[in-house]
Amino acid sequence: MIIGLFNHWIVIILMMIGLYIVIAHGNLIKKIIGLTIFQTSVFIFYISIAKVDGGTAPILADGITQYSNPLPHVLILTAIVVGIATTALGLSLVVRIKESYNSIEEEEIQQQDNEEQQSKNKAEENA
Amino acid sequence: MLAGIYGLLSASFFVAMDAVDVAFTEAAVGAGISTLLMLVVISMTGRKEKPTRHKPLPAFFVVIITGGLLIYGTLDMPHFGSEDAPIHNHTSPRYINDSMQEIGIPNIVTSVLASYRAFDTFGEVVVIFTAGIGVLTLLSVGRAKENDEEIESINDSMHQQHLVVRIVAKMLIPFIFLFALYVQFHGDFGPGGGFQAGVIFASAIILYAMLFGLVTARKVINQTFIQFIAALGVLLYGSVGIASLMNGGNFLDYNVLSSNPITGQHLGILIIEWGVGCTVASVMVVIFFNFAGRRERKQHKNKSQNKESST
Repeated sequence: MIIGLFNHWIVIILMMIGLYIVIAHGNLIKKIIGLTIFQTSVFIFYISIAKVDGGTAPILADGITQYSNPLPHVLILTAIVVGIATTALGLSLVVRIKESYNSIEEEEIQQQDNEEQQSKNKAEENA
Repeated sequence: MLAGIYGLLSASFFVAMDAVDVAFTEAAVGAGISTLLMLVVISMTGRKEKPTRHKPLPAFFVVIITGGLLIYGTLDMPHFGSEDAPIHNHTSPRYINDSMQEIGIPNIVTSVLASYRAFDTFGEVVVIFTAGIGVLTLLSVGRAKENDEEIESINDSMHQQHLVVRIVAKMLIPFIFLFALYVQFHGDFGPGGGFQAGVIFASAIILYAMLFGLVTARKVINQTFIQFIAALGVLLYGSVGIASLMNGGNFLDYNVLSSNPITGQHLGILIIEWGVGCTVASVMVVIFFNFAGRRERKQHKNKSQNKESST
């Protein structure tokens, strides 16, 4: 009975792994990998609710009456390609951050920002 | 590598859940291009993560609590594979029962993607295009010609080592292109369509660029030309919409494109799938070229700096 919900639980476990990586790791690339895992869990959620018992792939053919739901397939199909495009955008931001800060650790970047701000404040006080 | 295996694995269980179109896309994107991009970026930013003073315990608590609440929320959800779940009772019966009469192509996913929800798909294509522009603005570099030649000589010596791989790839690449075109045009009848074909097409070009060096690949496929194609794809899609407006229908209503509504639908879907394929393929290639170009330039810079410091 309750076992019928296992697809949702797997999705939630994957999603939480992704969320944990995003929160707990300071490394920007690891954060993006966490986001990708999170994203895949949403894909799996959509595809798993589209499944119908005894249904087949949604391509019309003679002698088949039961199809799985095509709508989530459409949404996820486009979302995968959009996902890789946006991930690439995120990665390019990481590359630029690496070039200007020479680090992709969140804390080091923050530290550099703070130091810069402090020196700026000092200069303003002196003036 | 793990990401690649993960992508392939998710593709295989999408097949198990009858989503062949999605599995196709995931196999091409997840196992191929995204892994490649990750590797390029990691090679640019360094492999090691510095040990941080982050405390993982609060994060762990947040995750456990959210997960617990979500699992509590699933208790009322319909069971896996049940036929009477709300999702199967609203719009999808119409897609399944009527799409053959209204659109006239067997693959329901394609008819929903390209006809019923064409406006939505147009938005997605624009998002991909915008992401391509974003990567271009962030990473594109003005290249000096003489640098190219020096990089090329480095590449030549490097690529001599992979002779077998290069020859095999040379034989494979035409077939990959052919397969991409098949996927593009067969999308009405089997799994496939513009998104998948675009990614496969791009991966053939990327394979070429990886094995023969970026400079050679850029000689074969001019980057300005590819950027032009990316814009052309979006334009093609949009102009189909405008054409149907001109013929007295709604935006992207293909029935008015021809005297016979079914022919109109076929025509409309064919053209917009072309638009999608063009944009996706060229944006993927542009993204890869810019990442790899940035990396090559950096290596080159390091090398010349080393030379200066040693003399």
